[in-house]
Amino acid sequence: MKNFETEVAIIGAGSAGLCAGIQAANAGAKVMIFDENHLPGGQLFKQIHKFFGSREHRAGIRGYEIGKQLLDEVEKSGADVHLNSVVYGIFDGNTLGVVEGDNHYSVKAKKIIIASGGKENYLPFKGSTLPGVMGAGAAQTMVNVNRVLPGKEVIMVGSGNVGLIVSYQLMQAGANVKAIVEAAPSIGGYGVHASKICRAGVPIKVRHTVLEAYGENEVEGAVVAELDENWNVVPGSEQNIACDTICLAVGLNPMSELAYIAGCEMTYIPLLGGHVPMHDENLETTVPGIYVAGDVTGVEEASTAMEEGNLAGISVARALGLINDEEGKEIADNFRNRMLNLRSGAFGEGRRIAKATQVEAFNEFQAKEGAK
Amino acid sequence: MGEKEQRRIIEHPILPELKDIKKVTIYYDDKPIEAMEGEAVASALMNAGIRSFRKTVKTHEPRGIFCAIGRCTDCMMIVDGKPNTRTCVTYVVDGMRVQNQNGFGIDSEVVK
Ligand SMILES: Cc1cc2nc3c(=O)[nH]c(=O)nc-3n(C[C@H](O)[C@H](O)[C@H](O)COP(=O)(O)OP(=O)(O)OC[C@H]3O[C@@H](n4cnc5c(N)ncnc54)[C@H](O)[C@@H]3O)c2cc1C
Ligand code: FES
Repeated sequence: MKNFETEVAIIGAGSAGLCAGIQAANAGAKVMIFDENHLPGGQLFKQIHKFFGSREHRAGIRGYEIGKQLLDEVEKSGADVHLNSVVYGIFDGNTLGVVEGDNHYSVKAKKIIIASGGKENYLPFKGSTLPGVMGAGAAQTMVNVNRVLPGKEVIMVGSGNVGLIVSYQLMQAGANVKAIVEAAPSIGGYGVHASKICRAGVPIKVRHTVLEAYGENEVEGAVVAELDENWNVVPGSEQNIACDTICLAVGLNPMSELAYIAGCEMTYIPLLGGHVPMHDENLETTVPGIYVAGDVTGVEEASTAMEEGNLAGISVARALGLINDEEGKEIADNFRNRMLNLRSGAFGEGRRIAKATQVEAFNEFQAKEGAK
Repeated sequence: MGEKEQRRIIEHPILPELKDIKKVTIYYDDKPIEAMEGEAVASALMNAGIRSFRKTVKTHEPRGIFCAIGRCTDCMMIVDGKPNTRTCVTYVVDGMRVQNQNGFGIDSEVVK
């Protein structure tokens, strides 16, 4: 088995990993980025809506266009992107095990950034394993990347931003979204997205849930019912809706397994999707030299994933002594401020607090370790 | 949806129109299926109206895609003789053979 060495190894070439690679390589580090996909970009190329935020967050630009910009920047930066390359483990806190196509090798790195992203949550109900029940992100991938409709008559479960955005994108692709079903008493996502959906005539049924998906070998319809204040089904409110596809937009969870097996201390924060690695304000975990960025350290959005990637990239460059400290601190503070801007307002505030809790958990853990 | 009905999204209000698509042929249980170069096996099957990809080990229930990004393994099929291949992250190649997978897909006796 071959062994390679590098200064910075990054797992994942999505929004976070690419930004991290660009920052670190531009600062002069030797960077290797690994992604198991055959193309870089992670989830970005399926995001065809315009982003929010300010100009430095690339607001007003569509996700897939941002993806193209990042690929261009990563190429110029000199970071080395390895595709079809699965990282299956991190050993001794500094060595990756990689399977690239049919080749198996290890990579010893001075700094590691885990940017492995997240995956969609599942929701169990009768018939929920039938073909035709899928993640909303899966439907988004099908229509925007593979350019195939997963179905024509769709029910969306969940009215958060993913549910709203993907409903709209399914309609743009030619599907008929029959209803968005939301168990909570109010719509979960941004008003701009919700009003677009409402204008298109799609009913958003709050305080409703899907009880059952039925069909012979595939989805042929769903039973939807109303919920009372205690989240119990209102008897007699059940209705049949014919459909061939049921999309679940019920949240995402971080793919933090690699961090966990590398020995990073974890903390449980439901708002961020579950178990996330503790980290300091530079995104370094409790294992020195291992950093995290993007959905893996708390599910948010592509824009926050990019800023976290930027911060992780600058942080490793600083730790390697590639930037003078004064300048490095200024750049890092700037990225942190940009994240604070993204984590503000009615929707961002909760995430700002949750992310602060994550850093607090890190500080508490270190204090306890120090006292031992 | 009928098997004949194409689901390909050629024109799109935001994404560029799909022009000059290079076509390849894959075989689903020996039946030829027209696919678009570069697409995932799962999407080529979906375009042909096939959404049930395998049967589970114990109860023989049908499964199709769930995550479409290689995470859940619901979409596994036998591809060019290799069982347990995730068809959402395996890309079409001209002449590829795809089979519905029963159970583990190795030896159907095992799952009975
Ligand atoms: C299906 C889906 C759809 C989404 N849609 C939207 C949307 O429309 N708008 C929005 O704002 N947010 C969306 N999100 C939320 C998400 O916060 C952002 O999309 C953002 O892309 C996350 O960036 P990331 O770099 O953290 O992860 P990703 O973009 O997911 O990138 C992670 C990369 O790591 C690779 N990887 C993981 N593990 C390994 C390993 N062990 N070895 C090698 N490579 C590995 C993966 O292949 C992937 O390319 C979506 C998320 C998902 C999962
Ligand atoms: S659909 Fe989840 S792995 Fe293919």
